[in-house]
Amino acid sequence: MADAFEVALRCAAVLAAFLLLPLLVGQTEHKAMAHMQARVGPMYAGRFHGWAQLVADGVKFVQKEDVAPAAADRTVFAIAPGVALVPYLVAMIAIPLGPGLVGQDLDIGLFFVLAVTSVGVLGTLMGGWASANKFSLLGGMRVAVQLMSYELPFVLAASSVAMAAGTLSLPGIVEAWEPWWLLWQLPGLVVFFVAGLAELQRPPFDMPVADSELVFGPYTEYGGIRFAMFLLAEYAGIVVLSALTAVLFLGGWHGPASDELGWLWTLLKTGVVAFAVIWVRVAFPRLREDQLNALAWKVLVPVVLLQLALTTVVAVKIA
Amino acid sequence: MSPFGRGLLHGLRVTARNLMRRSVTSQYPDAKPELPPRSRGVIALQEENCTVCMLCARECPVWCIYIDSHKEVTPPQVEGGRERSHNVLDRFAIDFSLCMYCSICIEACPFDALHWTPEFEYAEYDILELTHERDRLRDWMWTVPPPPAIDPGGEEPKEIAAARKAAERAAKRDDSSGAET
Repeated sequence: MADAFEVALRCAAVLAAFLLLPLLVGQTEHKAMAHMQARVGPMYAGRFHGWAQLVADGVKFVQKEDVAPAAADRTVFAIAPGVALVPYLVAMIAIPLGPGLVGQDLDIGLFFVLAVTSVGVLGTLMGGWASANKFSLLGGMRVAVQLMSYELPFVLAASSVAMAAGTLSLPGIVEAWEPWWLLWQLPGLVVFFVAGLAELQRPPFDMPVADSELVFGPYTEYGGIRFAMFLLAEYAGIVVLSALTAVLFLGGWHGPASDELGWLWTLLKTGVVAFAVIWVRVAFPRLREDQLNALAWKVLVPVVLLQLALTTVVAVKIA
Repeated sequence: MSPFGRGLLHGLRVTARNLMRRSVTSQYPDAKPELPPRSRGVIALQEENCTVCMLCARECPVWCIYIDSHKEVTPPQVEGGRERSHNVLDRFAIDFSLCMYCSICIEACPFDALHWTPEFEYAEYDILELTHERDRLRDWMWTVPPPPAIDPGGEEPKEIAAARKAAERAAKRDDSSGAET
């Protein structure tokens, strides 16, 4: 009985984080992006500086009619947003906040998280295919290309840390982390962050949804609550990517007074990375499709392979 | 060629600087804008000044001023005098859907019957409503601001310049006649 209660409690906590953190990131993006562009952003919803803007958006999305194109593959069209969204919820289970503060401590946590988050891209691909729309299909194909290109450096960068720590368990990696890792894992960190942005199709890697070319790519035909789910998936993806970056490369709960405030450190580092995601979106223009692939294969993969070689040598030396 | 990554850093710097600065957005419907003097919002008509000379309607480049009038005859004021006829305004309307805010009618008016006011919130759902008839144009008069002060270093008004010159000339004449005697 106590076990069942604990499982329920952990699930509820993960769900709460899943529902709250993406909204926080979204609101931060609204306001930070606005001020970076010398605007003020939402000001009315909730009276004080538009804090309730996303709640209002959610209410609006729920009220909208659920439309599907006549030629659409209805089943696939309908479940695609769920396929995009749920993996991030599942991934959050394995991400540790503090020592012992984790939904489920898996031995192969890193592998699990990486595998699950790649499923999310499948949802976008399904949406692109099922919409029976050429813009959507082109967008979906671009998603596929991007996934193919960036999954490799993404996974290799993560495996570099796993090799250094000698474990695939996420809490285990944080346990093994030491501040000097910041230095020799720096190339890995950069590659992981950039490849993660590309996996999420966040600007400047938002070629699949390039609105000037493809209307809105795979999401063109979506509206109402399904579209909201795709959007939520994007922000949940930012949270997962930021949390993973914080846990793998920035030392998770390590910091002053980490025994009591470890979870706060993890959240703080996650927040900083999420802010960087927003900042990069505002500051940089979109990459062209060929530049996108050139960056992955000509820059990120060689860099991460070098990083991997370095990690191997150092790991063997230490062992 | 600049070193690699300089543009990227520049982008980050610019956005960060903007983030730190206070944004200058004015909250328009909540806070009214501070308009500069002589703002051209809408044209007001002081219809008491209008003599139906039709100069404004004729000068208007887009023909957006409509004027109708008739003549009335006043009987002679004194015995054996002449009777006088004068124009009475029947309709004065400006179609603001055509008006291009060139201000030519206001320059042309010899009797200061037309004035600019800075009011600009007179959008309508129906384009026909944008034709303001004389009572509406008369009401705009209440929003005409007093004329702004002359800009520092600006040209002085013609009337004052003329008066000053006349006074100077008179003073000179007095001086020279005084020297002779």
